[in-house]
Amino acid sequence: MSAVAVEGVWKFYGDFPALRDIHLDAAEGAALALIGRNGAGKTTLLRTIAGFSRPGRGSIKIFGDSPREVAARRRMGFIGHGISVYDELSALENLMLYGRLYGLPNPRQSALEWLERTGLERVRDGLVREFSRGMRQRLAVARAFLHGPSLLLLDEPFTALDDKAIAVLQRLLREAQAEGKTILMSTHQLREALELATHVALLIRGKVVFHGPCTAEMVSDPGFVYAKYGEQ
Amino acid sequence: MQSMASSSVSVAAIPERRRPAAIEFVRQIFVVMVKDLRAEFRTKEAINASLAFALVILLLFSFAFEEETTRDISGGLLWIVFAFAGTLILNRSFAREQPNDCLDALIAAPVPAAALFLGKALANYFLVLAVELVSLPVFGIFHNVNWTRQFWQLMVVVALGTWALTVIGTIFSALTVNIRLREVMLPMLTYPILIPALLAAMMLTTDLVAGKPIGPDTVSWLKMLIGFDIIYTAVSVVLVEVILVG
Repeated sequence: MSAVAVEGVWKFYGDFPALRDIHLDAAEGAALALIGRNGAGKTTLLRTIAGFSRPGRGSIKIFGDSPREVAARRRMGFIGHGISVYDELSALENLMLYGRLYGLPNPRQSALEWLERTGLERVRDGLVREFSRGMRQRLAVARAFLHGPSLLLLDEPFTALDDKAIAVLQRLLREAQAEGKTILMSTHQLREALELATHVALLIRGKVVFHGPCTAEMVSDPGFVYAKYGEQ
Repeated sequence: MQSMASSSVSVAAIPERRRPAAIEFVRQIFVVMVKDLRAEFRTKEAINASLAFALVILLLFSFAFEEETTRDISGGLLWIVFAFAGTLILNRSFAREQPNDCLDALIAAPVPAAALFLGKALANYFLVLAVELVSLPVFGIFHNVNWTRQFWQLMVVVALGTWALTVIGTIFSALTVNIRLREVMLPMLTYPILIPALLAAMMLTTDLVAGKPIGPDTVSWLKMLIGFDIIYTAVSVVLVEVILVG
């Protein structure tokens, strides 16, 4: 079974088609890098796959379920442009909140373990509004991984991360990949993404113009996909 | 890398705790409600504004109306204050989720939208109720009215009317969360729909403050209030998924 199966998906904002007849498939354990210029539809596609909005046409299946099914949502972890943690709560309270929402057997223990993993255990009781940008981003990473998702949807995950947060995220993504989890990430940081990717999809104006395995050529020259399949 | 490999934590899937669906639903409502109340008590931005607004309006009304007039219009006066002050709390309900895109994480969580809505509605309910329970004695003092003669019946009406205000305010807060002028739009959308509930609450409150218990001539207002609460709660629970996700 595919981890993610996107069949003929269209998404409209008014009359404007942000996604045009998208067909995409990610097998379990694959790491798919979604690349494309600004406004190509990467974020819209990821958000539609995550179930934040419904496609205008077509269907999306996450491990065989609709993205809005509870079973599918339980298996997804999402990092978007926002960090999705509450400024008014402490780091520990934030992670415990999500642990409870995901029905983890011991939310406090899971939260403490992830705070340790992301190097935030010393500030666990500090309010997020007092955190530096890098600390907030590491907390966002901990939130997304907290419930052990089988599918990670990452929208430009390396953008605006500090060195430590990049190292934490890369380490976690490699571990996730080694454990057979599926990763879908949109990115402009081609070098970081292609090092992890098993597959690449190039979006131009809401349409997938290339979808295939990540080759050595792409890794050595991140501009290769754009040069070969993109617009001049 | 060594410490990572030996770490007790793994990114492997953590099994979720299995509970009966109804208990799980109530638990999710409770988690969302506690989160909202905790966030509000940390900042106090909505409740402080709402309370200050209610007290200032009650003070200004006390200059505007004679004591006898106040008794005749006590229900209308109180519910106008409650509705306006309540809107300040309800406006923040879903807006609180915006700064760090927290609504995305809530929508992505394996929690039914109905649980999310009811959790938020209950948090709002307790906040609005707190403002009302502070406002009532202040109303009695400023307007020299003994409002406690039918205390328990008045509390029932306040509880039912507040739920009507909260359930409509919360669902429209979800609907207007992405609108730039949501502070203006929310009252414009909610007050017309609230007219039957506000009318019933006003009529009952005026009688109860005057010391008249709910009787055969006023019980129909109570029924209308209860019916309004049931119908709009059910409609909101059904529609919230569409409102949040489309």
